[in-house]
Amino acid sequence: MSKVQDYPSRLGDNSSRKFETFSYLPAMNEKQIRQQVQYIVDQGYNPGVEHTEVENAMDNYWYMWKLPLFGETDVDTILAECKECHDANPDNHVRLIGYDNYAQSQGASMVIYRGKGFK
Amino acid sequence: MAKKGYDAGVKEYRDTYWMPEYEPKDTDILACFKITPQPGVPREEVAAAVAAESSTGTWTTVWTDLLTDLDHYKGRAYRIEDVPGSDDAIYAFIAYPIDLFEEGSIVNVLTSLVGNVFGFKALRALRLEDIRFPIAYVMTCGGPPNGIQVERDKMNKYGRPMLGCTIKPKLGLSAKNYGRACYEGLRGGLDFTKDDENVNSQPFMRWRDRFGFVQDAIEKAEKETGERKGHYLNVTAPTPEEMYKRAEYAKELGTPIIMHDFFTAGFTANTGLANWCRDNGLLLHIHRAMHAVVDRNPNHGIHFRVLAKCLRLSGGDHMHSGTVVGKLEGDRESTLGWIDCMRDSFIKEDRSRGIFFDQDFGSMPGMLPVASGGIHVWHMPALVNIFGDDSVLQFGGGTLGHPWGNAAGAAANRVAVEACVEARNAGRELEKESKEILTNAAKHSPELKIAMETWKEIKFEFDTVDKLDIQHK
Repeated sequence: MSKVQDYPSRLGDNSSRKFETFSYLPAMNEKQIRQQVQYIVDQGYNPGVEHTEVENAMDNYWYMWKLPLFGETDVDTILAECKECHDANPDNHVRLIGYDNYAQSQGASMVIYRGKGFK
Repeated sequence: MAKKGYDAGVKEYRDTYWMPEYEPKDTDILACFKITPQPGVPREEVAAAVAAESSTGTWTTVWTDLLTDLDHYKGRAYRIEDVPGSDDAIYAFIAYPIDLFEEGSIVNVLTSLVGNVFGFKALRALRLEDIRFPIAYVMTCGGPPNGIQVERDKMNKYGRPMLGCTIKPKLGLSAKNYGRACYEGLRGGLDFTKDDENVNSQPFMRWRDRFGFVQDAIEKAEKETGERKGHYLNVTAPTPEEMYKRAEYAKELGTPIIMHDFFTAGFTANTGLANWCRDNGLLLHIHRAMHAVVDRNPNHGIHFRVLAKCLRLSGGDHMHSGTVVGKLEGDRESTLGWIDCMRDSFIKEDRSRGIFFDQDFGSMPGMLPVASGGIHVWHMPALVNIFGDDSVLQFGGGTLGHPWGNAAGAAANRVAVEACVEARNAGRELEKESKEILTNAAKHSPELKIAMETWKEIKFEFDTVDKLDIQHK
């Protein structure tokens, strides 16, 4: 058995902050992101883009980027919208929501562009 | 009036309560009993006896029967089926008119349906297999105080199962040391930690001390991780007054979720607490201590799917469901059947999952099934596959037993669940490719790697005692 390792999370270190689903995995590559967006589309969810300063990530409401893309099923269009949001707010977390209007909830929510200081 | 005068004496039950021509009404409460009669008792007679004893009847005719319209109020045995794989047991289907039961009272329903009749001498064994609650009755019950969608919004958890951990050792920790164990698990990436069911308010750790230290653990872990956290503070208590006192204090602390043991405390206490949670905006986690005493014997007692339906009507946001793969009883198909009863709005009759009736819950919210008991990271792919996103996966020993401690154990489980969800969404077959998915995720997580080495060989492969009834001849 290996030696005991310390768990390195710290209050004083901003990069210890997480941002819910998939934030314990390394940032996804382009192919992996496309698969997740395709999943959102396949479930029939409505995509929506949101962003926030990293220090406000725990808030209920992030800034909504334009309006949700109701009925949009083209992965490239959805990713282009995320990119546009990221380009306009390069330091912020940018996340993609999959609105499930039958469950009246979010079926999916994942950060596509990680904000400044997050790998 | 059918005939003149009062005939004292004993009539056969079937003369009054066996009605094969009866068409159940949409408003009837329907029940399916598995009956093992004493040798020589005809099947129609036992079915009718169960209908009688669980509704209006008694063993002899009484003159006061004639003061009411018994034909309206009686339970009716309307169908009998063979039990597959059994020579002597039968399924008896019984319909009860809705006005036999007080509105919104699971207590009243169970007192009738599983009351004296279970001790009836003409039966060797009796089991309540399923109940159909008509939507008219469902609408008189409060149900889950919040439901799955509200919980997701409050806790900010989307697109994945939630993760929990029961703090161990079950008994004996001081409040401050206990809070430490919670803090470590939460900072490592769990959404919830949990009081063990028998943690109430013992001399070694009084409830008020525990609540305070645990709330501190929640708040610090939230600041540190930037994620919402909770701990199921167990408010199960010797009296309802004491239970509400503890719940009020939990609310005062601003904690998001409390916990209750519905079966040992009883449905009266549970329904009251669920109403309190609805009024006060707290989530309610339900433990099921004592359930296996009544639901494990395949011939006698109450099937767990009945308890799950009753609890949904009484009220709870989480309910323990078994794991299929861990240390506790529950085969896969039956488990899928009762987790449908916990979560779905409409459940269709499906004998392959042990569901005997269509069940409509209408707009009543669902409960999150909680999979807990002897599970560890290697089970994660199967758990995600079986339970899907709307569930809480709860690893006690599988978190706390990590060689590097609770935070590392929590992180290992969090990485594993996210890797499984990612793989599932990408179209991969979780149970077939489980080893590859976990091994790949462990490349970026030393915590997961060590967890996988620690629990590599642990399995719980015992045969299920309470199987679905299937033909074996």
